[in-house]
Amino acid sequence: MIVIAGRGGQELSRAQRELVTVARRLAGDLGSQVAYLAVGPEAEAAARRAGAFGIGRAVAIELNDASGAVEPIIENLAQGARRLGASVVLLAADHLGVQAGPRLAARLGGSALNDAVDVRVEDGRVIWTRPVFGGKALADVVLRRSPAVVTVRSGAFEAAEEGAGEAAVDVLEAVAVDTAVRVVQREEGRQEGPRLEEARVVVSGGRGLGGPEGFQRLAELAELLGGAVGASLAAVDEGWAPPEWQVGQTGKMVAPDVYFAVGISGASQHLAGISGAKAVVAINKNPDAPIFKVARLGVVMEYEKLLPALIEAVKRELA
Amino acid sequence: MGLHVAVLIKQVLDPEVPAARFQIDASGKRPAAGIAGEVLGPYERNALEVALQLKDAGAAEKVSVITADGQEAVESLRKALAVRADQAVLVDTSGHDDLDPAQTAEILARAVEKLGGVDLVVAGRQAGDWDHGQVGYLVAERLGWPCVSLVQRAELDGGVLRLTRQGPDGREVVEARPPLVVTVTNDERNVLRLPRVQDLMASRRQPITQWSPADLGLDAAALADLAGGEVLRLRIPERESQCEFISGDDPAEVAATLVRRLKELKLL
Ligand SMILES: Cc1cc2nc3c(=O)[nH]c(=O)nc-3n(C[C@H](O)[C@H](O)[C@H](O)COP(=O)(O)OP(=O)(O)OC[C@H]3O[C@@H](n4cnc5c(N)ncnc54)[C@H](O)[C@@H]3O)c2cc1C
Ligand SMILES: Nc1ncnc2c1ncn2[C@@H]1O[C@H](COP(=O)(O)O)[C@@H](O)[C@H]1O
Repeated sequence: MIVIAGRGGQELSRAQRELVTVARRLAGDLGSQVAYLAVGPEAEAAARRAGAFGIGRAVAIELNDASGAVEPIIENLAQGARRLGASVVLLAADHLGVQAGPRLAARLGGSALNDAVDVRVEDGRVIWTRPVFGGKALADVVLRRSPAVVTVRSGAFEAAEEGAGEAAVDVLEAVAVDTAVRVVQREEGRQEGPRLEEARVVVSGGRGLGGPEGFQRLAELAELLGGAVGASLAAVDEGWAPPEWQVGQTGKMVAPDVYFAVGISGASQHLAGISGAKAVVAINKNPDAPIFKVARLGVVMEYEKLLPALIEAVKRELA
Repeated sequence: MGLHVAVLIKQVLDPEVPAARFQIDASGKRPAAGIAGEVLGPYERNALEVALQLKDAGAAEKVSVITADGQEAVESLRKALAVRADQAVLVDTSGHDDLDPAQTAEILARAVEKLGGVDLVVAGRQAGDWDHGQVGYLVAERLGWPCVSLVQRAELDGGVLRLTRQGPDGREVVEARPPLVVTVTNDERNVLRLPRVQDLMASRRQPITQWSPADLGLDAAALADLAGGEVLRLRIPERESQCEFISGDDPAEVAATLVRRLKELKLL
């Protein structure tokens, strides 16, 4: 059984619909079935919704855990995966997937793999592809133990379209887990403007901005274009941008029409987060910066000179 | 009584090596030798800083660093001693090349047990070579300890650890009691400090504890059997687009051309 696992909700998210695509491909090639497993406050709604993607069987575990800890989710995912007889468990490589994938594999006696970007079946063997060395290479990997618990990188697969159909849903009682881990405070990240992951325009800055003031310029440009501001890891480490703005392999994966990379060298780990961008505009004072290798349009200039002019030009165009 | 904190560190092929220089060796399964130097990995640097801050605050009594690697990794252990980690352990895995995360985690969990009295294990969120993002989590499962992930900062408050971490949409503060494993993500506050000159000198003379997997009760066969997967081959992805440079010295002109091109390409 190929099991798509998630937190539930009224809709299957884009990431979940990408998992449907992976599951269908595997099920076809292996001759197995696809099931859906939801663990969370709206588990049953999502499990029913899974039927519309041609999934016949689902398990819903209504978990309303107030601690905010991940352990109850992991333990209940394990319960559900066992119930479904999972040979493959698919999770989105998102905030939950990063924390839960390997631990779920360990609890199920399986093998874990993160950030799958491709999969195929050869002679009955499932071969997963994942980026390694910051995306400078791709590795083809076979897993030895069952279930294979795999997190899938967002944007790597097409999202499945919704059709019609009904899933038979088993609703299971959640197991209570006491971990002595408790979330005691939550701080909302920024948000005026669109979310980074959904923005049509992203204006990102790196170490080349030289200070926090540069980010104010970027914010101005982003606002004019109805976009979001992003940052490189180096800019986050400098304290010029909050960690939620980080774009890249260990930050957000973005897929805008235009991605402005300002004072960003284009390290492979950063590029891993922008492969979904339609076009990259690089602004960098060094003509040899690797970012120009992936850019559609490039300007070799100190950003301090270009940005004010760019803001003016955009204002004129929009007026 | 302060905490005994064990930090799991890893020396990796310099992650900043440009993609254009990256090459695969003759086996087809690993990077070619000599394409770049090795460094203490970025997330392990953040992890070490989180532990050292606990020590500065008097919350940790002892910071041990552990790595499972060949003798070359002594260099990174010394870097950790130079920023005043108290003890460095090398589990020498030469001869067992290319360990996968399940094998590495078993070795490290056993090393933590052999050290004894460890209250907190700190790992990076992911090592900057194979990018597995597994070992810290697997060590937690193997030890049977809870795990708080993507931590940026740790404080001890009356026996309770207060951990600032990256939540799904912003920061969270989490309270937990040791024993505990945390994985660390980057943040302006956990950038690794620089060593002082006299500590750098002293670190050259400090002893490194050396264990083998056999000292941890793992023979070669047992270790091989732990592997969760196998790399069949590596390949180098293609990714280049033709960059159209907009040249000129006058920022206003360049900016106007840039905006015009973006509109022509229907991108704005
Ligand atoms: C496991 C791992 C995960 C990682 N994850 C991420 C991630 O998610 N996101 C990420 O971004 N990085 C990530 N990194 C880090 C990555 O390897 C790079 O270190 C980082 O992306 C560099 O950031 P940068 O381009 O801002 O800085 P630099 O590489 O220092 O580049 C600065 C650039 O600014 C240019 N510049 C300088 N001054 C000016 C000026 N006045 N005007 C215009 N240009 C100027 C320079 O020419 C240079 O190209 C990760 C690394 C590892 C090992
Ligand atoms: N060989 C190793 N020795 C010590 N620590 C390691 C080793 N491999 C991984 N780690 C730790 O586990 C984290 C995650 O590694 P990985 O699962 O390989 O991405 C790293 O950031 C380190 O803290």
